[in-house]
Amino acid sequence: MAKLVNRIQPDLVQQSYVVEIARGLVITSRAFVRNLFGKKDIVTVQYPEDRRPYTPRFRGKHLLTKRDDGQVRCVACMLCATACPANCITIVASEHEDRDIEKFPTQFEIDLLKCIYCGFCEEACPCDAIRMDSGVHTLPSYTRRDQKTGKVDLLSLAKLSTASQGGEFRATDHEGTAHGRSSHH
Amino acid sequence: MQLFTDPILNTIAWTLIKFAGFALVFVMGLATVLTWVERKYSALIQNRPGPNRANVGKFRLGGLFHMLADPIKMLTKEDFTPDTPNPIMFRMAPIIAFIPALMVFAVIPFGPGDNAVIANTELGILFIFAISSLNVYGAVMGSWASNNKWSLMGGLRITAQMISYEVAIGLVLCGVFMISGSVDLQEIVVQQTQTLFGFLPAWGIFTQPAAFILYLACAIAENKRAPFDTAEAESELTAGWWTEYSSMNFAVLALSEFIEIVLIGCLGATLFLGGWHIPGVSGDTPLLIALQIGAFLLKAVFLVWLQMTIRWTLPRFRYDQVMRLGWRIMLPAALVNLVLTGIALTLLDRR
Repeated sequence: MAKLVNRIQPDLVQQSYVVEIARGLVITSRAFVRNLFGKKDIVTVQYPEDRRPYTPRFRGKHLLTKRDDGQVRCVACMLCATACPANCITIVASEHEDRDIEKFPTQFEIDLLKCIYCGFCEEACPCDAIRMDSGVHTLPSYTRRDQKTGKVDLLSLAKLSTASQGGEFRATDHEGTAHGRSSHH
Repeated sequence: MQLFTDPILNTIAWTLIKFAGFALVFVMGLATVLTWVERKYSALIQNRPGPNRANVGKFRLGGLFHMLADPIKMLTKEDFTPDTPNPIMFRMAPIIAFIPALMVFAVIPFGPGDNAVIANTELGILFIFAISSLNVYGAVMGSWASNNKWSLMGGLRITAQMISYEVAIGLVLCGVFMISGSVDLQEIVVQQTQTLFGFLPAWGIFTQPAAFILYLACAIAENKRAPFDTAEAESELTAGWWTEYSSMNFAVLALSEFIEIVLIGCLGATLFLGGWHIPGVSGDTPLLIALQIGAFLLKAVFLVWLQMTIRWTLPRFRYDQVMRLGWRIMLPAALVNLVLTGIALTLLDRR
């Protein structure tokens, strides 16, 4: 059904523009005076000094979590590298001296230019070792090489893993911080 | 006051002093400040903070240092020349656009007396018309030499627009000349010091109110600023005939636009706001003369503010609307104003 549009027919005073322009000048001047002296309507965030908080679900730069004793939590199982749709994770595994841990990564490289920040690596990880809740933006760099971030860099953002760690067989298990695997199973 | 015993040397010295004080300090200074004011003022109107980052140490002064930071930035930018068959013409265009804009201030009286004007000629407003219309040559040359379609379109529009509104503005100001009986700007100001009906100063805005509004509209249109910015037209033509200009060439073009804003302010103050005249004040003590010069500068700044506010209040006209307004509304309105002024003057038998 056709909709009837009521066109406003300007009268002669409005058509001469002079009065309407004067009204417009008053409106802009009022906005100027208000923003200069009175209550400011400016909502701009002054970025480097003030930052808006991100939601907890924000996916930023990756980080590798640590065990209670400060070692890297990753066991180099390659699940994240397999799940990654962009193939941006390169892991070189090595045997760990601790018999319970088996493997750990000697190299853990993420090409941040290839990464699409989908979060599949987080979901794939069985150990809560890789996470993206750093709240850090990936910074720009002058070369592509600088965007390949390694283990040291990823651990510099490290948080303590919140998943249960250690186990009933661990010799270094200490009370209070670690939860035995047996208590959950 | 005698600076040298030789009269020619004395004239030259005083001319230079007046040029430095009025053209360099006031006009160029105000134009430079306007480059910052334009951005800050528009920002505050639109609920934005505007430029506020440039600083000296911890002082920011609301971003006032941006007007110093800009030239430094412009000077270090690449001075780009497009692939054009006319590189010399391309270089000359900003100069030709800039020089007339500054030259016209020579005949504007900034204070009472014959000496309070850089070049005391009787040509007055005719000189301003002659010189300021040279501006369009800069635009034509620049747009042609840029070898760029946007520039060419902008140049075509600017030529048509400036010539159209030049006709209208000439007829509008004829009404003012009919009342004063002179084209000498100092004489026009002196005429405005009379009193109307016993209380109103005989300023142009009271004797020619319609002419004032038409003058402001035509002058803004001639300066190609919004709402008549069809020649730059960011949304259609990138930057019109400025598109290919970078570095200091661009700065000179931008500055000449701001100088023209000051010119419109100064000329408007002279013709319509009584120039240096302060109602109810007369005399020639140094203090009074200084006050009257201050009054003139204040009136000019007021008109500059008015132009700024108009520019950030009104939406743009389309190109065909600008031309229609120029030829079918401004020109007839100016003619009607002229005829009415003539009838009124005949009835009052003033001339």
